[in-house]
Amino acid sequence: MRYWEVPFGKEKPKTPIGEIHILKERCKGCGFCVEYCPKDVLEMSDEFNSKGYHPPKIVNGEACVNCGLCETICPEFSIWCTLKEEVALEN
Amino acid sequence: MEPLKMIEKDIQPMDVHPMNDILRMDRLPHIWCPGCGIGTAVTAFAAGLDKANIDLKKTCIVSGIGCTGRVAGYIKLDSFHTTHGRGIAFATGIKVANPDLKVIVFSGDGDLISIGGNHFIHAARRNVNMLVICINNFIYAMTGGQVAPTTPLAAYATTSPFGCVEPPFNIPYLADSSGAVYVARWTALHVRRLTNSIAEALNKPGFSVIEVISPCAMYYSRINRLGDGLDMMKFYHDNSEIRHGEDTKNLDIGFQTKIIVGKFVDRERPTYMDSYNKWLSGTKKAEK
Repeated sequence: MRYWEVPFGKEKPKTPIGEIHILKERCKGCGFCVEYCPKDVLEMSDEFNSKGYHPPKIVNGEACVNCGLCETICPEFSIWCTLKEEVALEN
Repeated sequence: MEPLKMIEKDIQPMDVHPMNDILRMDRLPHIWCPGCGIGTAVTAFAAGLDKANIDLKKTCIVSGIGCTGRVAGYIKLDSFHTTHGRGIAFATGIKVANPDLKVIVFSGDGDLISIGGNHFIHAARRNVNMLVICINNFIYAMTGGQVAPTTPLAAYATTSPFGCVEPPFNIPYLADSSGAVYVARWTALHVRRLTNSIAEALNKPGFSVIEVISPCAMYYSRINRLGDGLDMMKFYHDNSEIRHGEDTKNLDIGFQTKIIVGKFVDRERPTYMDSYNKWLSGTKKAEK
């Protein structure tokens, strides 16, 4: 049985900050990660890999919240993200 | 451009992707076309294996022939790449010979539903304890895009240049009416729900079927002028509707119609090994 509750605002919710890693040589340029990133961190780049596809590039790296959707939706196992740090929300 | 430099600095060696442990790295890159959804389903499967918290030493994966039939070759478990359509038959043999193993059949619609259709319905009838993941890309993709039993009415294929005239199979209805205990359908876009579904079905005793609707960018989309894999994903995003517990009769997929996804059946039935052992112990008692 729970006798007391933690008051609201006692523990500040923390936002995870993620870091994206891309293996450009494995990428086949399908664009799933670019389309479905909820924070629009990625964009197709103009450069080619050795297979001739355009891998994604990071344009807004600070916005990544380590949700891992790019890692799960990538069919080529070529992108993943790791937790860099957790910052407390301001107010 | 600052961010571009960041990629160059952070690029990692090939052996650090978190899923490398479960993949056969000597076989990658895989053969699937850009825009294909099978790779996404495999990633969700790997994440689901991780989430299900099962002993990977006692897990084996069986595949038939076809694009999806390559999965067993890329996953670093005990894997069987079997003859066309006989994935479930092999898996039944594995399960009966060693009931401790957790058996997963990962194959395509043409393999499981057409050529292995009888194995599918009879394994569901017996309720053999296994998980069947059926990738449905509406076509026989590896052999060049022929009509499969799941090709929607009026869809073009290599062997139906005037539109397919045969009504397609409704896989969840087939599985449900044959007696499967867990039936779900997701598209390649619903990666999170697919991961959770795979993890749930792995821990469920009985014949579980998960259908994954997957884009085929090279054959199905191109011959029907539907764009590439990303356009198909956008179509799934706009036209799929989650209805848990929906009657499986209503789950027909027409050409470019609404796709109903969700978990449709979750019930309990005695598995094949349970009934077999129960019956056997009964006869032994009778002999004594």
